[in-house]
Amino acid sequence: MPLNEIWFVVVAFFFVGYFVLDGFDFGVGMSLPFLGKDDTDRRVLINTIGPVWDLNETWVIVAGASLFAAFPEWYASLFSGFYVALFLLLAALIARGVAFEYRGKGKSDKWKKTFDWMIVIGSAVPALLWGVAFANIVQGVPLNADHIFVGYDIPLIGNLLVLLNPYALLGGLVTLTLFFTHGLVFLTMKTEGEIKERARLLATKVGIVATVLAAAFLVWTLAAHPSLPGFILSGIAAVSLIAALLGNLLKKEGLAFSLMLVTVATAISSLFVALFPNVLPSTIDAAFSLNVENASSSQYTLTVMSWVAVIMLPLVLAYQGWTYWVFKKRISRESIPTHAH
Amino acid sequence: MLEQSAVILAELDALSLSRWQFGLTTIYHFLFVPLTIGMVFLVAILQTAWVRTNKEKYLHLTKFFGKIFLINFAMGVVTGIVQEFQFGMNWSDYSRFVGDVFGAPLAMEGLLAFFFEATFIGLWIFGWGKLSKGIHLATIWATALGVTLSAYFILAANAFMQNPVGFEINEEKNRAELTDIWAVLTNTVAVNQFPHTITASLMFASALMIAVAAYHLKRNQFVDEMRPAMKLGLWTSVFASAATVVNGDSLGIAMVNTQPMKMAAAEALYETTTSASFSIFTIGSLDGTQELFSVRIPYLLSFLSTHTLNGEVEGINDLQAQYEVLYGPGDYTPTIWITYWAFRLMIGMGLLSTLVAIVGLWFSRKQMLEAPKWFFNAAIWAAPLPLIAMSIGWIFTEMGRQPWIVFSLMQTADGVSPGVSGAEVLFSLIGFTVIYGALAIVEFKLLLTAIKTGPVPEEVETGSDKMSVAY
Repeated sequence: MPLNEIWFVVVAFFFVGYFVLDGFDFGVGMSLPFLGKDDTDRRVLINTIGPVWDLNETWVIVAGASLFAAFPEWYASLFSGFYVALFLLLAALIARGVAFEYRGKGKSDKWKKTFDWMIVIGSAVPALLWGVAFANIVQGVPLNADHIFVGYDIPLIGNLLVLLNPYALLGGLVTLTLFFTHGLVFLTMKTEGEIKERARLLATKVGIVATVLAAAFLVWTLAAHPSLPGFILSGIAAVSLIAALLGNLLKKEGLAFSLMLVTVATAISSLFVALFPNVLPSTIDAAFSLNVENASSSQYTLTVMSWVAVIMLPLVLAYQGWTYWVFKKRISRESIPTHAH
Repeated sequence: MLEQSAVILAELDALSLSRWQFGLTTIYHFLFVPLTIGMVFLVAILQTAWVRTNKEKYLHLTKFFGKIFLINFAMGVVTGIVQEFQFGMNWSDYSRFVGDVFGAPLAMEGLLAFFFEATFIGLWIFGWGKLSKGIHLATIWATALGVTLSAYFILAANAFMQNPVGFEINEEKNRAELTDIWAVLTNTVAVNQFPHTITASLMFASALMIAVAAYHLKRNQFVDEMRPAMKLGLWTSVFASAATVVNGDSLGIAMVNTQPMKMAAAEALYETTTSASFSIFTIGSLDGTQELFSVRIPYLLSFLSTHTLNGEVEGINDLQAQYEVLYGPGDYTPTIWITYWAFRLMIGMGLLSTLVAIVGLWFSRKQMLEAPKWFFNAAIWAAPLPLIAMSIGWIFTEMGRQPWIVFSLMQTADGVSPGVSGAEVLFSLIGFTVIYGALAIVEFKLLLTAIKTGPVPEEVETGSDKMSVAY
């Protein structure tokens, strides 16, 4: 396997890792108005991801940087073409991050409510936008011969309107509901008491919606990009999602969450399979498409990066795994001290 | 009037807006970075003191300054993502041209440093009482290591823009390609910029620690804690300042060797001169061509540039002529009034901050509490000086490189995203300004509240398994 194809897999791996991990953070964030009856409840919810959301979010920084290093042309065309969408995404991620840190540092109800809503919006908007973005990447965008995104001739939102097509919007709803389900199953596993049962019930409801939407989206994707690996991955995603919901209902919470990890990982992987060997297809002319050949870095750069990845990745996975082990304990209302730090 | 507005509007193109946005978001991001870099070491030292001596006051100090560190860290993290995304969003032609070289240190920063610091800071915040004392102490030192590594890689990436090395131009693909990663990572600019950044960050963190201690000592409260904090702050500040002067000098030499135009622009030196003097300040025309009055130190510019008193310093006119031969017709001179004043303000503010620390050390010989009130006030108001000096230093570094985005390879005007409109950039620029402005107010208030509250010991809650620290 040539290095540029390996790096396609590595970039995919980082994005899969990002969605598997930050996906449940988004779900937890979205759950606040549904599961958090009072401030203590909401603190239980937020503290389930307290020690890890930051490192989960770091996966997207590493994914973006690897994309830049291994496929500069892809990074340049994608990030400039999706300009307004990415700005909204960044604004949402900023809101969520500061809200986690700052909500406990004020005393008034108004202060906490404001930051709670920033967490909800800062979780729901990225969950939706990531699906829209990836569906568009798979489907292709109007790239011209210079690999520049040429949207509608409308000021400011010309490119954004291209991105808001039916397939991409369905993709957005899939990630929105799927990450919501992911977060709720995570909460069912991580919490104790009444809140756990509320999470379980809501997971089932949202999970059913997610299953229907995801099935439609994966069939649509397969119809456009039929392949055996794509079929297998989509199949696993569908089966494990249904199994996760059943496991959740039957109180096999660890199993249910593991199955959700499989679901998110295989669903996102199936998109990368549908994309390959392109990295950003052009809807104007297939000859203008970016692929693993014409978008990649030089052989030397990829070799250097491969050494870095081979040495660092096992270490990274080891210490991140250790963190999850340290904070494995379930959280209940009784775990929450009266004062925040 | 109407015509003028029309001209201003027309000039609001994607290029100048993108430059403004990058400048604003980068300066803003860098308001949080120096405190993160400097404070993580001070907190680690305080916690080490606690683990070794078991004295309560060090535990209180660790938690207190840890809180200040964390309020700040959050902002650094969320504004940092914007930085990475902007290269592709606003500077896509730059990214296309240098991505093969420039992307590597960024990806290394992610893999080696970001994961590391994000993981261990989480362990540190939530690990109180969960991890053993020794392991918990190790997590803050690990965070410090991650923070330091990340500074190195991002400075190596920036150094490539100042002094491109370890690459060759691929004519067919029209891009710079990496040929020697070691050359990129040991770029003389990176090697010199790194210690300068680290010690200057320590200057700021210690200036803040001094100010916090001064605030409480002036009010005669938390004396047990604030006396050692003052001492740690003062000594760190003095040593870090001395180091910053020395490594700043080396950085200056590296700058003269790699970007002589920047040094000429720093002094507004038009004619090549031997035994060149350094002006402390000048009154004259904005572009520095006409001088009415100036205060000068003889030989200093020659010494700063060559480490000899009578060395030759190349002037702007000669360099401009050389560059026209090398790179074709064009204006290769940075905006002189910015570089001239930025260079002086950076040095001046840094030295002023050092002075405060030296005076403080003088008073600390005897009883710190008996130091005069004016000293405490001066220490409080002097806290931002190193931070302002660093921001201005970066403005000097980046503006002094203009018109280049990568010196000698690509001009800033050629790096901007061709597909992004002025309207889009204006939208995001307004958006970032509003969001960042609001957050700055919240962050500043939180910092002030935390500082004024002081190291109040936490009430220990009895109960089965309370989380020791939680959101």
